[in-house]
Amino acid sequence: MIRSAILAGLFAFATAALAQGTIKIAILGPMAFVQGEHHWNGAEMARDEINKAGGVNVGGRRMQIELIRADTNEIQSVPDATNAVERVITRDKADYLIGGFRSEAVLAMQEVAMDYKKLFLGVGAAHSKLGANVESNYDRYKYWFRVSPTKDVDLARTLFAVMGSIGEQIRRDLKTEQPKVAILAEKAVWTEALVAAAQKTLPAMKMEVVGTWQPSAVATDVTAELSAMERAGAQIVFTMLSGPVGISVGRQMGERNMKAVAWGINVEGQKEEFWQAAAGKAQFVSTLDTYSEVEMTPKTVPFVRAYQARFKKYPTYTAATYDAIMTLKEVIEKAGSTDADKLVPLIEKGEFVGTGATATFDKRHDLVWAVGKTAGIAVQWQDGKKVPFWPPSVKGMQPFKMPKS
Amino acid sequence: MARIVNIAHTAFYMLAAYCFYTLLVKVGLGFLTSALIAVLGTVALSMLCYRLVIEPVREHEAAVLIATIALALIFQELMLLSFGGNYLGIPSTLEGAVRFLGVSIPYQRLLILVVAAAMLALVWFVLHRTRLGLAVRATANDLEVANLMGMNVHRVAMATVALSVALAAVAGVVVAPVFVVDPFMWLAPLVTMLAIVVLGGLGSMKGSLIGALVIGYVEAITVFAVPAGAYLKGAVALAIMVAVLLVRPEGLFGVAFEEER
Repeated sequence: MIRSAILAGLFAFATAALAQGTIKIAILGPMAFVQGEHHWNGAEMARDEINKAGGVNVGGRRMQIELIRADTNEIQSVPDATNAVERVITRDKADYLIGGFRSEAVLAMQEVAMDYKKLFLGVGAAHSKLGANVESNYDRYKYWFRVSPTKDVDLARTLFAVMGSIGEQIRRDLKTEQPKVAILAEKAVWTEALVAAAQKTLPAMKMEVVGTWQPSAVATDVTAELSAMERAGAQIVFTMLSGPVGISVGRQMGERNMKAVAWGINVEGQKEEFWQAAAGKAQFVSTLDTYSEVEMTPKTVPFVRAYQARFKKYPTYTAATYDAIMTLKEVIEKAGSTDADKLVPLIEKGEFVGTGATATFDKRHDLVWAVGKTAGIAVQWQDGKKVPFWPPSVKGMQPFKMPKS
Repeated sequence: MARIVNIAHTAFYMLAAYCFYTLLVKVGLGFLTSALIAVLGTVALSMLCYRLVIEPVREHEAAVLIATIALALIFQELMLLSFGGNYLGIPSTLEGAVRFLGVSIPYQRLLILVVAAAMLALVWFVLHRTRLGLAVRATANDLEVANLMGMNVHRVAMATVALSVALAAVAGVVVAPVFVVDPFMWLAPLVTMLAIVVLGGLGSMKGSLIGALVIGYVEAITVFAVPAGAYLKGAVALAIMVAVLLVRPEGLFGVAFEEER
C-alpha cells in the first residue's frame, strides 16, 4: 500500500517535471493534404534541430520542443478546424499555435485562439482581415502574427512587380505596345481584393485586360474559359488559383498549345507534384513561390537542401512553420519566459532572418513587404523543373521563357 | 432503369480513375490492360456492393439513397487515406491536338467523344436487341409484373447496376487523363449527372443524351456570356433543369412508370 502510494507520487512528480521541461507547439494544418504535410515537415525540422542542440533556453532552464500534430481538415470543413484548435488548447494543453492554410478557416481559428489568449503564428493564410483584426482590436488580437505569406494586398504588389517585368519582355519579344491580359481567378474570399486590384492596376501599367474569368476553385474543366481567352487574344493569363483548378489550367493550356503564358498565384504550381499532376503539360506556367535554391537569406539554400534530403521533395510555403518555431525560440530566449504577453512585444520589435524571408512586422502583425526580403520569389516550370526568375537581383535567378509563337 | 438512386455511381467513376492511375502510372501496365482491369475490377466491386449494401434495403428508396451516400463517402475516405489529398495526373492516351474552325481540340477529347458514342450505341444495343435488355426494360416498366412473369428481378437489377457502373468506370478511365484524380472528383459529376438524368427524363436514353447536350451548352455559354460568373455555370444549368421540371415534371422525355401496386 505504502509502496504503491510512493510509486504513484513518484510518477506524478516525474510527469510534472517532464511537463515543465517541454514547450508544446500545436501544428495546425490539413494533414491529409500537401499544405499540411509541409506544415508538419517544416515543424519537425525545427524541432529536431532545436532539441538536438539542447532545447530552448528559458531563463537558464533548457526546455525541449514537443509538437502536437493537429489535423484541421480545413480544406473540407471550417468547423473541423475550430474543433481542432479547441482540442489542442483544452485537451493537449498546447502553449502556442502555428499553421493554418485556408483563410476562411483561419479567420475562425483565430477567434478560438484569441479567446484563450494563445500566441498564434499564421503560416499559410493571406486574407487581410486577419491582420486588420489586430489593428481594430489590439488587446484581443495581439497574439496573432502572420509569418507567411504576406497579406493578400502585398501578394498583389509582388504580382504586379513581376507582371511589369513579364510585360516588358512581351513588349520586346512580341513587338506589342499593350500586352493583353486575361484575369483568371478562382471564386474565393482571398481573390476578391486581388481581382479588384488587377482590374484597376493593369490598365495603369499599359496592359489591356481582355476579361475576367472566375471558375470554381474545384473546377476540373476550364476548356470554355481558356477557349474564350484564346479568342480574346490574351498573351498573359494572370492566375489567382489555390485549388486543383490550377492543375487543370496548366494542363489544358498545354494541351491546347496556347501561346499565352500563365503568371500569378498557382498554389498547386508551387508543389513538386504539379508537373506530374499536369501530366507534363504545364510548360512555362509560372507562379509566386517562397523556396528555391537561391540566396534569399543565408539560410535558404541550406534549408532547401536539408528539406530535400530528408523529405525527397522541395518545401512549399507552408514549410515556413520552421521559421515560426525559430522565431518563437528566439523571443522566448530573449524574454527568458514562455509568457505570451512578454513575447508579443519582442516579435513586434524584432527582425527575424528566416529561411524564406527576413521578417519584420507592422502594426497589424503582418509582414512588412519588401522585395528581396518578404516579397517571395517567382518561378516558372521549364521542362519539368521549377526555375526561379524573380527578383533578378537575387543570386541564382534564371531567364523567364515564353511559348514559341 | 433499375429504379435504384445510386448516389455512389460517380464514386465508382472515381475508383476506376484511381485504379487506372495505379496500374498505368505506378505499376506501369499499358493503357489497354490498365483500362480493362480498372473497368472490370470496378464492376466486380459494384456487384459486391449491390449484394451486401443495396439489395438488403432495396425495397426502401430512402434507405438505398442513404446507403449509397455512405458507400460513396467510404470510398472517398479510403482514397484519401490511401493516396492522400494529392491531385494526381494521368498521361493522355492520345497526345496532340487538332485545330478545327480556329478552336484547338486535344485528341484525348475526341477520344472521349468517340468512346461516349460507342458506349451509347452499346447500351442501346443491349437494351433493345438482347434478352437482358428486354428484362431490364420490363423490370423498369413494372417490377411486380416482371417478377410475376418469372424474371429474377434481383439478378436483373444487379445486371443493371453492373452495366451502369461499367459505363461510369469507362468514363473514369477515358476522362481521368483530361482532369485530375482526387478523392473528391466524384462530387461535381454527381450533381451534373443527376441534373442531366432528371432534365432528360428518368429512364430515357434519348432524354439523357439531349439533357447532357443542354447542360453542357448552358455551362459553356454561361462562361462565354458572363466570364466573371464562370463559377455559376453549374448553378445556371441546375436552374434550367428546375425550370423545365416546373413545366414538365417527368423531364423532357420522361418515361411514365406504372405506380407500384
